[in-house]
Amino acid sequence: MLPKVSREMLLDFCRRMFIIRHFEESLVSLHDQGVFGGHYHLYIGQEATGVIALSCLRSDDYLFTTHRNHGHLLARGAEPKRLLAEILGRSDGYNKGKGGSFHTVVPALGFLHTSAVVAGIIPLATGTAYAAKALKNGRITVCLFGDGALEEGAAPEAFNLASLWKLPVLFLCENNGKYGAGRATGAAQSSTMAAFPLTDLPKAYKVPAQQIDGLDSGTVHATIAETVEKIRRGEGPQFIEAQTVRWPGSETNWPSVAQPTDSSLAWDVSDVPEKVREWYRSCDPLLIFIRELVDAQQATRAEIAAIEKKVKAEIAEAVSFAVASPYPRPEEAAKDYFA
Amino acid sequence: MRELAYYEAKFEALHEIMAGDERVHLINGTFLSLSPHRHVYQELVKKYPDRIMSPPISELGFCGLATGAAMAGLRPVVDISTGSFIFEGWPQVANEAANAFSMSGGQTRVPVVFHLFHGLRGGGAAQHSASPQAMLWNNPGLEIALPSSPRDVKGLLKTAVASDNPTIFVDHVQLLEVKGEVPENDAPIPFGVADVKRQGSDVTVISTSYMVQRCLRVAEKLSAEKISVEVVDPRTLVPFDMATLMTSVEKTGRVVIVDETHQSCGVAAEIAARIAETGFDKLKAPPRRVATLDVPVPYSPPLEEYIGPREDRIIEAIRAVLR
Repeated sequence: MLPKVSREMLLDFCRRMFIIRHFEESLVSLHDQGVFGGHYHLYIGQEATGVIALSCLRSDDYLFTTHRNHGHLLARGAEPKRLLAEILGRSDGYNKGKGGSFHTVVPALGFLHTSAVVAGIIPLATGTAYAAKALKNGRITVCLFGDGALEEGAAPEAFNLASLWKLPVLFLCENNGKYGAGRATGAAQSSTMAAFPLTDLPKAYKVPAQQIDGLDSGTVHATIAETVEKIRRGEGPQFIEAQTVRWPGSETNWPSVAQPTDSSLAWDVSDVPEKVREWYRSCDPLLIFIRELVDAQQATRAEIAAIEKKVKAEIAEAVSFAVASPYPRPEEAAKDYFA
Repeated sequence: MRELAYYEAKFEALHEIMAGDERVHLINGTFLSLSPHRHVYQELVKKYPDRIMSPPISELGFCGLATGAAMAGLRPVVDISTGSFIFEGWPQVANEAANAFSMSGGQTRVPVVFHLFHGLRGGGAAQHSASPQAMLWNNPGLEIALPSSPRDVKGLLKTAVASDNPTIFVDHVQLLEVKGEVPENDAPIPFGVADVKRQGSDVTVISTSYMVQRCLRVAEKLSAEKISVEVVDPRTLVPFDMATLMTSVEKTGRVVIVDETHQSCGVAAEIAARIAETGFDKLKAPPRRVATLDVPVPYSPPLEEYIGPREDRIIEAIRAVLR
């Protein structure tokens, strides 16, 4: 189901999802060519959650994200070239190469701090929410984390504080292991929680919690928009678990692309390698979204292909920009660690 | 000049800070531990009920909350209370607050203060006696202040709250009753400026926090033997005033460092290393450390006293460098 918004907005969602997808696929290629070396985590498979959820926010709201942040930053309008330069450790990066893939922040977009400790941001998000409440500026905070973050003690401590003090914060848990077997059975994915469903944990602290299908853009939009309004009205914190199916390329320790994305896959996956075909057929939020756009006669296949072509060109430019950007001078390492 | 007890000077600072900047919020504790004077905190609570919060016993949660609030424009001051409890909030202090400004490429400021009481306090045993400032000094991105007198606690607390960096404010319960001169309308004391607490010519004793008071007593005793001890208090570890220390070391040529962190990789160890690197040729004797022994803090009074920087150990070290 498509979100109930204008055609213009739907096409903008489509464009942003394509940006994330092609940015992330390019990153795998750059890594495999040895252009950068650090570990990194991709947002492929969660585009409908990030793009749609963040569209429901005000421009001055606060956001916190984790090691899996690229999609959130891009969804919010970060420039691909500067994000990529940061990931490559270059001086034109958003954080002058000090943060990298793990820690990119763009304060102008509301991202003040990005922690690569899975639950590190959850108490911090209660802090920006506390400040907004104290300063009465009407801002809310959205805290984006994975299901694994709930395993750390920071999560329940923060839920308790947010609930007791009625803080304006949305805890948006992106569970990308909907059908995951979990680490308990040896798979490198998904949470290992006695609290199940995961919403039991925030509910124990009286934080209203619900589960939604993170692949369904219409559900994401309706739920987040309604929830954000409740928070803005002063009703206190909310928790949403958006479920998606882990992209097969993220099942290994180092991401790999078995099938580069093209919008034509929305209608024909017969050439996709068999081991990943089912994911592209039924679990890819981007392909689901563009199929729905065409079915609802909001766009033609040709129009979608044209959007994708433009995005691919933009990403190619971003790659050229980032690769050409110089590394910071080594002496920069000893600067800017105090205000 | 007007004389105040240490706790009075500290609360005068808190009142002035709260009145002067509505972005300041106090979170947890009473800033006086279990002192019989802790009721004075209630005056602040009554005056600023919306800016003084009592969170649940969740150090990890509220250290993070304060850090996030600082990122968004407040100036929170957290009372960790007993220094050992900072270990419960450690990830937010050491891994989030300390790194944020650097990781953001110099964009995200974190003006939060973490206040704690460190050290041997009498019966605190192993889990209520920690002096975590050496570990924190080894964690770049944090400013560290340690007052030792009524005037310093007032002036340094004001600077800590005004700082745009995360700051560890290291206090000591044994200081709370100490009396000293505090001028009216005293200016904040800038970080990175050491203070010569007593002039002397034979030996430089560098010490921090409550140990400064102990060293001043030792210096007074030794003056009867015509041993002239100069007591220098760095007042902040980050930033660190090496120049004032070296001026004293160059004058005396003999150094004893007295500090309550454990000996290995402790505050005294780092200061000794810096002096040796900077001014080995100025030294007439090897520098000596008087620190807490490298064992978990025991409970029983004679055991607790034995491991700390006792007066007799300080005197012995001074005599050793003078030989």
